[in-house]
Amino acid sequence: MAEIYAAALINGLLIGGVYALVALGLTLIYGVLHIVNFAHGSLLMVAMFAAWLMAEKAGVHPYAALPVVALAMFALGWLLYRYVIGRVSRGEDRAILLATLGVAVVLDNVFLTLFGGDTRQIESDLTFAVIEAGPLLLSVPKVIAFAVSLLLAGALWAFMALTDTGRAIRAVAKEPEGARLMGIRPERIFALAYGIGIGCLGAAGCLLLPSFFVSPHVGNVFVLVAFTIVVLGGMGSFPGAVVGGLLIGVTESLGGLWLGESLGPIGISLVFIAVLLFRPTGLFGAAR
Amino acid sequence: MLEVPMLEVRDLHAGYGAFGVLHGIDMVVGAGEIVAVLGANGAGKTTLNRALSALIQPSAGAIMFEGRNITHAGYDTVVQAGLIQVPEGRKIFPNLSVRDNLLLGAFLRGRANRARNLARVFDIFPRLGERLGQLAGSMSGGEQQMLAIGRGLMAEPRLLILDEPSLGLSPVLTEELFALIGQLNAAGLAILLVEQNVVQSLAIAQRAYVIEHGVVALHGPAADLADDPRLRTAYLGLA
Ligand SMILES: Nc1ncnc2c1ncn2[C@@H]1O[C@H](COP(=O)(O)OP(=O)(O)OP(=O)(O)O)[C@@H](O)[C@H]1O
Ligand SMILES: [Mg+2]
Repeated sequence: MAEIYAAALINGLLIGGVYALVALGLTLIYGVLHIVNFAHGSLLMVAMFAAWLMAEKAGVHPYAALPVVALAMFALGWLLYRYVIGRVSRGEDRAILLATLGVAVVLDNVFLTLFGGDTRQIESDLTFAVIEAGPLLLSVPKVIAFAVSLLLAGALWAFMALTDTGRAIRAVAKEPEGARLMGIRPERIFALAYGIGIGCLGAAGCLLLPSFFVSPHVGNVFVLVAFTIVVLGGMGSFPGAVVGGLLIGVTESLGGLWLGESLGPIGISLVFIAVLLFRPTGLFGAAR
Repeated sequence: MLEVPMLEVRDLHAGYGAFGVLHGIDMVVGAGEIVAVLGANGAGKTTLNRALSALIQPSAGAIMFEGRNITHAGYDTVVQAGLIQVPEGRKIFPNLSVRDNLLLGAFLRGRANRARNLARVFDIFPRLGERLGQLAGSMSGGEQQMLAIGRGLMAEPRLLILDEPSLGLSPVLTEELFALIGQLNAAGLAILLVEQNVVQSLAIAQRAYVIEHGVVALHGPAADLADDPRLRTAYLGLA
């Protein structure tokens, strides 16, 4: 019995790592641009399709494709901000929000037209590979996804904390006028931050593919979870996204065990409400 | 003046949208000078600074910096040229540590000597050196002002604009601030000083301009202006 719980706990942690990576991109974009990126789920879907296409058409394993897909998604995010979102919104928060929503609608329907509504999966030796850890069987792709996600989260943290560009991103988030006086161009920083957030999705897509189906609707599965994590962890907080991601992963997994597949997600809502009851700004959110 | 002045402003017009604030400002700052800019609230002093730093685009006129026309340059070009501003309200990065704030001062300019300049800023403001890891937003008003000036110095300014640096400082700190301005100037830095402390500013500056309703109402050697009865009327808006 204890083993079942241990297995659920570990599985929850593993999937929580990827949730954290998805949420990290979302929280970064929120922290800098002060908007919720409604296109997040759709762009994750695009990343998963990119990884799927590379595997199906070019025979490149998603893990090998990760750097390329992450870079390509970064570029896509940068371009989207530079030429669509930033341009139509002219810096007005409400308009940026609508612009990201518009991007989501367009992407969803383009992919629906191109690929139909079917779910797809890649053939890979890894998909069903497991490693034995004592009495537990751990899915190899999930372990890899977890480890790489946390590694990337750490790298992103170091980038934000220790590089001049990272400092500039944080500076622009709160004081764009002061940043201009240092010669920092906020519009460039915004595009960069959006690109990095979307680049995280590129990595997440590749990490998810060996164990997940891809379809034009796959983003919806993750985006709600990611929004929950960002709010739970504290809007704009990096540690919040990571801890929140793991917490939600575990909650989902244990909830599924106790309440069954259909009622399980209630657990997430309960944890969400409980945390916000005691800490309205989220686990790591700055007090207002 | 025979040599090219450090900063030369000619018939500058600027404002916000259709709302004109500056209606033809002429001004010169020579190398190594402290020039005071005085004027009542709303006269247009900060607007002038914003135009000089290219945060707003002038609608007419010209700005020359060290012989170079920067009237329509971007704000990053202006920083790169060494025209650095410590703005009204400080505008430090509240969510960054003291150290990160200072490092960003050298984001575009002064990067090569960043470590040396950092040490120099700590020499000038030992308090900043003691608070390296503290979030800037949690510092006292006076400390934040030190940080804002320190951050400006990190960019190795050729001309430093200080917009109401004594705002919110105690008389003792204000005294220290003016002493510091004197020292920086003695070391060769040209300073454009916008202040409400008329007496202290005129004591330290070589020349001064009094702005009234977006035009220069008075200008001349600071010592002369200090005794000029027109200063009072211009300043109090009684003219
Ligand atoms: N962003 C803005 N948009 C519209 N009008 C502005 C803006 N900033 C300033 N103004 C107006 O421009 C005029 C000049 O303002 P400015 O800040 O330049 O004055 P100032 O001389 O610096 O005053 P103070 O001594 O109070 O700092 C004022 O009438 C002000 O209301
Ligand atoms: Mg002002």
